[in-house]
Amino acid sequence: MALTIAEVEHVALLARLSLSQEEKEQMAEQLGAILEYADRLKMVNTEDIEPLDNILPISNVFREDVVENSPERDEMLANAPMAEDGQYKVPKIL
Amino acid sequence: MQLCDLTIHQLKSLLEKKEATAEEILDSCLVRIQAVEPKVRAFITVLEDSAREIARAIDKQGNYQGLAGIPYGLKDVFCTRGVKTTCASRMLENFVPNYDATAVSRLIEAGAVMVGKLNMDEFAMGSSTEHSAFFPTHNPWDYNRVPGGSSGGSAAAVAAGEIPFSLGSDTGGSVRQPAAYCGVVGIKPTYGRISRWGVIAYASSLDQVGVLTRDVADCALVLKTISGYDPLDSTSINIEVPNYPDSLQDDIRGLKIAYPREYFQQGVDEQVKAAVMQALKTYESLGAVVDEVSLPHSEYALPAYYLVANAEASANLAKYDGVRYGLRDFSAENVVDMFSQSRAQGFGPEVKRRIMLGTYALSAGYYEAYYLKALKVRRLLKNDFDQVFENFDVIAAPTTPTVAFKIGEQVGDPLTLYMNDILTVPVNMAGLPGMSIPCGFADGMPIGLQLIGKPFAESTIIKAAYAFEQATSFHLAKPALGVK
Repeated sequence: MALTIAEVEHVALLARLSLSQEEKEQMAEQLGAILEYADRLKMVNTEDIEPLDNILPISNVFREDVVENSPERDEMLANAPMAEDGQYKVPKIL
Repeated sequence: MQLCDLTIHQLKSLLEKKEATAEEILDSCLVRIQAVEPKVRAFITVLEDSAREIARAIDKQGNYQGLAGIPYGLKDVFCTRGVKTTCASRMLENFVPNYDATAVSRLIEAGAVMVGKLNMDEFAMGSSTEHSAFFPTHNPWDYNRVPGGSSGGSAAAVAAGEIPFSLGSDTGGSVRQPAAYCGVVGIKPTYGRISRWGVIAYASSLDQVGVLTRDVADCALVLKTISGYDPLDSTSINIEVPNYPDSLQDDIRGLKIAYPREYFQQGVDEQVKAAVMQALKTYESLGAVVDEVSLPHSEYALPAYYLVANAEASANLAKYDGVRYGLRDFSAENVVDMFSQSRAQGFGPEVKRRIMLGTYALSAGYYEAYYLKALKVRRLLKNDFDQVFENFDVIAAPTTPTVAFKIGEQVGDPLTLYMNDILTVPVNMAGLPGMSIPCGFADGMPIGLQLIGKPFAESTIIKAAYAFEQATSFHLAKPALGVK
């Protein structure tokens, strides 16, 4: 079943993605079809089954808190669409 | 036969005997690239000058250890210092990393010669390389067909003789599936075997670096070179890396091979089935013990995969906001509009679809029903494999349900396209090593045999693959290419 346009708009806002009207309509239909396919997971009995989010038996991996050299600031900033005085520049926030 | 058509081990032997130089090998590859690229279009970037510089330096030194003097290409998902790394996306069209991925650093240390960056589905999302933001890549066996994906450029370039090996990445089959479609060898080792540092992330709990070569011996050599712990990737595992070339033995008597019945249903083409069944007979004739098993949750692997992978993708791709790197929409007047419009312009339709799906699956009210449910199914999928591996050494199956499809045939319907990965995603969900090797042809197109092993048992599947290769000649077939 297709999502509603309102649902698509809500998710698009969460994902910080502007969509055209045409994209919204297409997304409503295609996501609906994919979710309908995903709904078959409901047929699987997962009672008492622990979720598996990573295959490795590791949780937090720590290292010594030692300061190491980071890449050169100017090299990092070279990829920025806008930079000024050694910092990233963005439109006014407040 | 030209230098560019040879395997790494053949080239190494020529280099060591001084019968060829690294520069001659590079030249041969460059000539082939120039001849076939108008048709294949595997490369996003070719680095003729820097490759020549490296090749000359190696020749001057005269030491051909490791991979010294061997040309290669990288899927454009690997960060390369000073070289544009686009992920086949408008978003990163002008992105120039200031560091190398660890796998790349290890190839540089081994003396390999980087020839260029290879085409892929944008952000590794796709199964045909048609979702590259720049252009589709064509299958060298039939230019009207897809090379598979997302590492389509990596597979096509190796198959067309443009480079003897390449690296790809495999989140749900993105190395094995194009390897199968292009008739080359592709391995995705165990999750944690190769560092993911500097590999632009799609789904972090599933992504793994993979290797594409023309035969199993080459695969073992390259895998050995790039595997192993890396302090920069906390999910890379600090255990010894076996010397994989030691596994190139053809005595597999007593090896226990299982074939899961579920992998021969689900719309698997009859010719593909027949080729894989024939491969199992070959294994029997080599002294392996072959038996049918069941992986009962297989049919749920694909929907679970798309929820898990895209949930992770929606988080991983949140960083493309037009601030630190990538495309920015300069017309936006406030910062939220700048994020949303930059992302709208930078991402293609498949990437948007997956970000939306992942965001939805993680959003309030749907997290438990979709994301958490998928993780529970993931546990069941792993349990299925664990159970089979109590009694078997290797699982054998088709890599893909069909041979390579026609370009444009599946672009309209995302779900149909996702079905190409139905036999490869379970391996990523369980973090296991998987490999695809050529095992036959249907309609003139290559068929892949998938070999799956226990965690960190790459040596076992390499051994099984090598034994099959020694007993057959599918890996020697080459596409006609139709050029001089």
